[in-house]
Amino acid sequence: MPVFSYLAYPVRGAKEELLNDVSALDHCEVMPAENEEVLILVTDTPDEEKEKALQKNLRKLKSLQSLGMTFGHTDE
Amino acid sequence: MNITRRSFIKSLALNSAVVAAATVFPGISFGAWKETDILSGGIQWKKTPCRFCGTGCGLLVGISGDRAVAVKGDPNCTVNKGLCCVKGYHSVQILYGKDRIKKALVRKNDTLVEVPLKEALDLVAEKMKETIKSHGKDAVSIYGSGQWSIPDGYAASKLFKGCIGTNNVEANARLCMASAVTGCLTSFGLDEPMGCYEDIDNADVFVTWGNNMAEMHPVLFSRMLANRKSKTHVKIIDFATRTTRSSQAADKSILFKPQTDLAVANAICYEIIRNKWVNWSFVKKHVSFHKGKTNIGYGTQDHFKFKDKAETVDFKEYKEFLKDYTPEKVEKISGVSAKDIKYMASLYGDPGKKVTSFWTMGMNQHTRGTWINNLVYNIHLLTGKISTPGNSPFSLTGQPSACGTVREVGTLTHKLPHGVVMQEKARKLAAKIWQVPVENIDPKPTYHTVEMFRALDRGDIRFMWIQVTNPMVTMPNLRRYRDGAKKEGRFMVVSEIYPTPTSDVADVVLPSALWIEREGFFGNSERRTQHNEQIVPTPGDTMCNTWQLIEVARRLGFKKQFPWSRKTYIEDIWNEYIQFHDNPKHRMAPYKELKARSGIQWPFVNGMETKWRYNAKYDPACKQKDFHFYGKPDNRAWIWLRPYELPAESPDSEYPFWLNTGRVLEHWHTGSMTRRVPILHKAVPESYVEINSDDADRLGITNGSKVKISSRRGSIVMKASINGRGRPPRGMVFVPFFDESYLINEVTLDAFCPISKQPDYKKCAVKVERA
Repeated sequence: MPVFSYLAYPVRGAKEELLNDVSALDHCEVMPAENEEVLILVTDTPDEEKEKALQKNLRKLKSLQSLGMTFGHTDE
Repeated sequence: MNITRRSFIKSLALNSAVVAAATVFPGISFGAWKETDILSGGIQWKKTPCRFCGTGCGLLVGISGDRAVAVKGDPNCTVNKGLCCVKGYHSVQILYGKDRIKKALVRKNDTLVEVPLKEALDLVAEKMKETIKSHGKDAVSIYGSGQWSIPDGYAASKLFKGCIGTNNVEANARLCMASAVTGCLTSFGLDEPMGCYEDIDNADVFVTWGNNMAEMHPVLFSRMLANRKSKTHVKIIDFATRTTRSSQAADKSILFKPQTDLAVANAICYEIIRNKWVNWSFVKKHVSFHKGKTNIGYGTQDHFKFKDKAETVDFKEYKEFLKDYTPEKVEKISGVSAKDIKYMASLYGDPGKKVTSFWTMGMNQHTRGTWINNLVYNIHLLTGKISTPGNSPFSLTGQPSACGTVREVGTLTHKLPHGVVMQEKARKLAAKIWQVPVENIDPKPTYHTVEMFRALDRGDIRFMWIQVTNPMVTMPNLRRYRDGAKKEGRFMVVSEIYPTPTSDVADVVLPSALWIEREGFFGNSERRTQHNEQIVPTPGDTMCNTWQLIEVARRLGFKKQFPWSRKTYIEDIWNEYIQFHDNPKHRMAPYKELKARSGIQWPFVNGMETKWRYNAKYDPACKQKDFHFYGKPDNRAWIWLRPYELPAESPDSEYPFWLNTGRVLEHWHTGSMTRRVPILHKAVPESYVEINSDDADRLGITNGSKVKISSRRGSIVMKASINGRGRPPRGMVFVPFFDESYLINEVTLDAFCPISKQPDYKKCAVKVERA
């Protein structure tokens, strides 16, 4: 059951859009910075299959510039 | 402290990200610690709208184990941005009163005894069937609330209107905002404000029309004060019938005689025209002029009926009509000096000033409530100060979901979730979504609230189910309606959380889940829908109101229409309900988005909230450039010629005082929740009557001494408050209604606006004497 955290960098000017896009995904909790163009994303998926699906969905987001992982944990 | 391994790992993940962010961006700030706050000993924080007023503040409730132990404002919620009022900060304590109703109760030998919940639900369904069989479908009724969660109201409407086929569905929001609805509908063709709370941050002038905003919507009032503090030119004008904390904070306090707000509003328009402050480019393109009937009555008799008739007129006739409302003439009847009327007009008329008008019960609980709403809209329409940031005529809602549940779901006798029962197209839509034969939905409305309780008294209604409201404290001319509910052959079901004078008349009391003990949605004044998940377990046998309705519906044979599982029914209901509003003028946000965010405004179109309606810059439903008032057939906003007319009952030689009623900051409505929060109860432990100090001297009344207040309907003895937080003018007394030991509504009058059917709690005639 993987838990990861990231710094999520939006495409220029799309912070609000990225916040909305990621908030709408399952297994994601997001916290925007108040004074910088970056969000914290914490993902918590129940199994590897869901983790892969989530990664795929994140890659599709047009508002997402890049993700920098800051923490990773699996129970395996 | 109770923290799971998983939540510990997640908080490590979060903190790692925060540290990394701080390294990359020195000075970075994250306001929204949404889930676990390590510094709070592992308390989990969950978002919810506040349980109390129509402001709709976002809260974060702190959970430790199964208990709500803390509250803070939700910094992610744009309504309050992390600030709360005294009620909000103590809100979780309402869950834990010692006498919380946790078991079903049935009256046996005139005593309420505990029974299994199943037995109570069986009895409710059985009595409904029996009543319908013996007296017809219109002998059963449900009376709900602007504090109903949206799914509660939706289930009630579907069961009673769609399945049983009766329009005996009303809610206490008839008593708090029906005039706001009819004001919107008659002026714009569509309900609910066109602006939003961001108007507060943009306005240069605020005029509060008969509402004590400092106590009733304190967080919004704080935003007004913050705006004024940040810019030296911002002004707050308090226009009221008595001096309050709002008056004390305002730049100018102007007092008017009750009911004469009608005349003053017309006088302001007279001045705007006289001084050539009319925004002609706006008026010529976007406004038309109309008049309706006059001398329209007050509804104090049973079976009172009124139907208005609109007639199109022109500006010339409007200008002629306003000649009766010169400031000098209006000064004589209103007590407002011509100079002050002209001053108010100059604020509205100044093209360089953005003006926001706020009102609540002073204008809505009014025997000409629809008219006074029209008249304030007239001012904004004449000057073109509408639907742009800072220019906003705005009726603030009293209750947390009077908008979301009653106005938007349509839990009033004539309404459906989309449209009205009288419209075939609306009935067909409801029938399709509800999966009922269209013949089930009766095209004829039955009773508005006052008339529904009259029908109960007469015996035309034999069964009434009351949820989330306390009419045996709040109905005007109360004695008649309380006695009516106790008559032979009446069956009263009350869904409640604490014992109240309403549960005292019940034959069955169903124990309800409260607020964050169930998943739900509220809709606030600025068209913002807010979701909360179930945050704490339901105590004892308590059951969510929505599920109570579903249980009874299934016992009545409507399983097909109420098929949902206990796990997902709230989401399922939301998904069904929003089909009614699937158009750019009213589209609601999807469930998933509402679950994730701290509220979303409707219309929600292409992923964007509509902040200002009717303005093509912000509203995708507009099909014209600049402004489009698409609610009316002529695509214009309507200016109405509405005259000043006297109230239903005025002071005379026998009853020489006005009686005005309302609330105080610390208590919510009838106090059934807030009086059980020790700190709120101690702040204001009992109700009182505010008396002007000169009147008190003349009558030999001192502060704290007992006073008898009598009307043609009843009397009450209570303690006097002189020079307290509220100071009525000579010839007026004011009583807050939060204390069930003082049933002030035994004294009030059940006169109402003939158009909205909303009663007037602000004006009746009383005598005042030492007790």
